[in-house]
Amino acid sequence: MLGYATRRLLALIPTLLAASLLVFLFVHLIPGDPAAVLLGDTATPEEVEALTREMGLDAPVYLQYLYWLGNVLQGDLGTSIFFGAPVLSVIADGAETSILLAVMTMVWIVILGVPIGVVSATRHGTWVDQLASGGAMLFASVPTFWLGLYLILIFSVSLGWLPSSGYPSISDDGGLANLRYLLLPSFTLAAPNAALIIRLVRASMLDVQREDHVRTARAKGLAPWKVATKHVFRNALIAVAAAFGFTFAALISEAVVTETVFSLPGIGRLVVQSILRRDYPVIQGVILIIVVLYMVINLLVDLAYAWLDPRVSLK
Amino acid sequence: MTPNATVQWFATGRRIFRGRWLATLGLAWLVLVVLAAVFAPLIVPYDPLEIDPVARLTEPGAAHFFGTDHFGRDTFSRSIYGARMAIVIGLGSVVVALLVGGLTGMISAYFTRLGAFLMRVVDVLMAFPALLLALVLMTILERSVMNTVLVIGIVYATTTARILFGMTLKLKNEVFIDAAVCSGAGHASVLFRHILPNLISPLLVQASFIFAFAQLQAAALDFLGLGLPPEVPSWGNMLSESRIYVTRAPWLLLFPGALIILSVFSMNLVGDALRDSIDPRFKNDIKGV
Repeated sequence: MLGYATRRLLALIPTLLAASLLVFLFVHLIPGDPAAVLLGDTATPEEVEALTREMGLDAPVYLQYLYWLGNVLQGDLGTSIFFGAPVLSVIADGAETSILLAVMTMVWIVILGVPIGVVSATRHGTWVDQLASGGAMLFASVPTFWLGLYLILIFSVSLGWLPSSGYPSISDDGGLANLRYLLLPSFTLAAPNAALIIRLVRASMLDVQREDHVRTARAKGLAPWKVATKHVFRNALIAVAAAFGFTFAALISEAVVTETVFSLPGIGRLVVQSILRRDYPVIQGVILIIVVLYMVINLLVDLAYAWLDPRVSLK
Repeated sequence: MTPNATVQWFATGRRIFRGRWLATLGLAWLVLVVLAAVFAPLIVPYDPLEIDPVARLTEPGAAHFFGTDHFGRDTFSRSIYGARMAIVIGLGSVVVALLVGGLTGMISAYFTRLGAFLMRVVDVLMAFPALLLALVLMTILERSVMNTVLVIGIVYATTTARILFGMTLKLKNEVFIDAAVCSGAGHASVLFRHILPNLISPLLVQASFIFAFAQLQAAALDFLGLGLPPEVPSWGNMLSESRIYVTRAPWLLLFPGALIILSVFSMNLVGDALRDSIDPRFKNDIKGV
């Protein structure tokens, strides 16, 4: 296990370096002088020249990359053009919203996805199963922003039950009650992902049901519900646990659309707005952080998977 | 197509869709969408770009089946032309993903040294979440139909490459490939005449899912203002433009949204039917669905 973890961790380093190179080159791929691009349309030629020298843009590209990487490793992601503040602090401002949104979304996914998937598998082939499977596929086919807009129309505009946009921090007035601002967004973000989890729970339960140990459990006369919970569900959870990890990692970027629909002050909306504002240092910083997070979460998922199912690390 | 081939074609179709009424309905819907796309100019009652300030935000009725938008443009006509964009985006992304990803995967599995490098590149691209990769690429490129297709195609090329890499690797060690090599077949011949025909079915399944996901990705990009140019009547753009009017004109949200959902759902159903017909493990798993 320890050997496996070390190997996976070491394999991560070259991929991370290559990904960081891509993120670095991104500013160079945008047509135009990188310094002018970074400073935006309002910059004077003197400012462009000053930044060119400061960033060492007259140096060879590989030196520039090393210089940039050195800064990044020291926590310096540059300065936002729009805010005039360090990129890292701009991103940190959106972190609370995005993290809470992701956590609440995961809660929805678990309470919707797992029970429906289990029922679907245990009632395999019946109309309940057909309805659940068909419904799951339908939900996976819905554009998230469309669902979000409809939820706003129903629950905010017509019924007036929930706020339609924004999110005041839970440390502000209202405290934990402010989480109600995230109810609709988290459900929106959860819907297509819960649909995938339903299908996955169902498929992996059906897979495990065919295994020998389940047949043995049945043969020795164990009650069907005990077989389902103790023998099938527990083993099916291994594959599902991995999927939860991947989903969580994917949520970081999928939140881009949801945060835009509900005007949430999170990292996802920051990406879109920075793209529209051409605030390149922020785009670069956010992407780098999301990619690192995405890779680390995926690694943790793989390790958890190997821990749950020792057969994996032996391969 | 010879009569014999046509008969065979129908027989295969029947085998795949037999007893799957929902998937058959999905296929019928997709045929309708294709027909709408092809014959759009003959179907539409109005020019999709024609602005009519007097008729702005008209409710659905006899004159405008799906109502009008904030410029008084006919939503029905725009929806029909939107089918064209849906097909262009779907097919275009499939072609790019299968060509780039498929070739990368096959070549990587066949030429192992080059493959080791190419698959590392794929790994790095896959370190970027799909939507984020699309956003980054669209920032570098300008908004156009061509670029949107390219970007979505590239995003799905990575997964396609991984899948085909694995399959080619397995096929490569089959006896019939050794036989082909012994009988003097060159690399190109082995790859395209002996390996590729065995990959057609999984490629078709992959294509159907890429087609479906491409619709959702394109709609999301349109919504964020980073997809097709705003003047193009796509379902995603129609939704994106109408969102500030939804309380006054909910039909603007209903029709293009329903069209996207129906098309993606149908394509997923067809894709599932195709996959089940290839992978007998899932066969008769859920009848009807």
